[in-house]
Amino acid sequence: MADKIMYLDFEEPIYKLDNKIQELKACCDDKLAKDFNKEIADLERKTQKLLAETYSNLTPWQKVCVARHAERPHSIDYINALVDNFMPIAGDKNFGDDEAIIGGLGFFRGQSVMIIAQEKGSDLESRLRHGFGMPKPEGYRKAKRLMDLANRFNIPIIALIDTAGAFPGIEGEERGQAEAIASCIMEGFLLNVPYISLVIGEGGSGGAIALATANRILMLEHSIYSVISPEGCASILWRDGTEVKKAANALKLTAQDLYHFGIVDEIISEPFGGAHRFKDEIIKRAGDVLWKHLQELLKLAPEELNKDRETKFLAISRLNK
Amino acid sequence: MNWLLDYVRPKLSVAKTDKDVPDNLWDKCPQCEAMVYGQELAKNLYVCPHCGYHLYLRPRKRLKMLFDNAEYTYLETPVVKEDPLQFKDTKDYRSKLKSAREKTKFDEAFVAAYGQMGGRGVVVGVMNFNFIGGSMGVGVGEGIVKAAEFAIEHNMPLILVTASGGARMQEGILSLMQMARTTLAIKLLKDKHLPYIVVLTNPTTGGVSASFAMLGDITIAEPDALIAFAGARVIKETIKADLPAGFQRAEYLKKHGMVDMIISRKELRDKLICLMNLLTNTFVKGE
Repeated sequence: MADKIMYLDFEEPIYKLDNKIQELKACCDDKLAKDFNKEIADLERKTQKLLAETYSNLTPWQKVCVARHAERPHSIDYINALVDNFMPIAGDKNFGDDEAIIGGLGFFRGQSVMIIAQEKGSDLESRLRHGFGMPKPEGYRKAKRLMDLANRFNIPIIALIDTAGAFPGIEGEERGQAEAIASCIMEGFLLNVPYISLVIGEGGSGGAIALATANRILMLEHSIYSVISPEGCASILWRDGTEVKKAANALKLTAQDLYHFGIVDEIISEPFGGAHRFKDEIIKRAGDVLWKHLQELLKLAPEELNKDRETKFLAISRLNK
Repeated sequence: MNWLLDYVRPKLSVAKTDKDVPDNLWDKCPQCEAMVYGQELAKNLYVCPHCGYHLYLRPRKRLKMLFDNAEYTYLETPVVKEDPLQFKDTKDYRSKLKSAREKTKFDEAFVAAYGQMGGRGVVVGVMNFNFIGGSMGVGVGEGIVKAAEFAIEHNMPLILVTASGGARMQEGILSLMQMARTTLAIKLLKDKHLPYIVVLTNPTTGGVSASFAMLGDITIAEPDALIAFAGARVIKETIKADLPAGFQRAEYLKKHGMVDMIISRKELRDKLICLMNLLTNTFVKGE
């Protein structure tokens, strides 16, 4: 477990226990003080129990907070851990390079793959560089270009999704944000290679679905995928931006909801305490599940892969007859 | 029992009329504020005769205006699961749907019809902005999918006239999925090389603009129509600065290369017919 983590509001009891453990440990370091090992072990058991209780009963809004946790592993962490010889590819060959989307080729367990991943950044400098993970039109056009490149060389595509949404701003509108997203969605349906999307944190509306017209859609247990942020929904429908809990409940945005709707194919479970407490473990689990689905898809012929995507999306939200 | 309270209300169904503006009323143009006689406005396809402002045109009038002899047949509205999220904000979504249906006399914010345009069979789909802001939920998405499937089945071009505030929030992730599903429908149409023409009308924003609305073989906009991905208010709040004049209007989009042409309503039908003839290499001698 990480030594210092940022606690979320609802984790206050856990924070208090962790603090007590730290204090006692500090005392143990002091040779003169008595031995607190038993107390520490008791408290640690208590913390584990509390984490398990808390994280098996997260409310939708709590899941939103976990999904957005600054220390939750980001796309870069997954790429570093899972992809060998990663060769980043920049630019949309039209306007610029948008680092809110990282793209490139690499080997995933020996298989050449195209990675297209949204990256939020992890400190002020990198957040600015990655545009806070909110892609601009040039980001989506780069993604589209890389999908096409992968398709021509018969290379499977893995998309990692983690965005609050597409960038809303003057430049975005000027350069055709709507068209860029629409074309990216369309490109997904033109592919004859395996295409897997994994939501690792936040799946923010059109900004997310641009990279998710895939054969398989996977989500981490405490990730979210929604048509609008709870804040946006609350301010429009409740006319009160603070009604986020009600909005989060109503929107049905959790991985479990999406699985129930038949949109998500598999949920990757997170250890009690969430992905941000167990980075290596969750990345390994994600790698295993991605690999399993990739192996299944690689058995399909190119036309079958295309057809599989069509069948999947035509069935979503349609009444069973 | 009291005979005054216990009487049966006579069953008189109110005659449904198709009139947006009563014949004898004057209407105010929202742009130049000139008073226009209702009948004159209707005759002018709801374009202000003084300043040329394009007022909202309801689906029925739009269909009448586009098809030969104003004759068309509605495609059946597909049956979808109502209120899939059982959504409730300050009031429940079902009651919003109910009042939208009563107000508009349509089942959903999208209606499609087929008929002849310039002697050619065409499918036309129209979004209804008066129905919960023309927002796209499962019903609208499925309607568009069905319209495309019908066009493919009958080898007809598809024209979609958009007017939408974006996704139907009350249907959550299932409304977002319609961005993918409608795009897929257009992909299937394009596989068959059937013309797909989009007419963007005021306003077309959000999830609708970021999916099928921006994927036309030809993209037409009505003059001055608001066409956007993000709402101007959101952008203004984010950047804390004023927005450029004409921002997100049809002319602005054309200047930035995002729409192919701006066509006024009066010319729309003729130009659509001409475009379909050109795309299908059908030469018709000028009348």
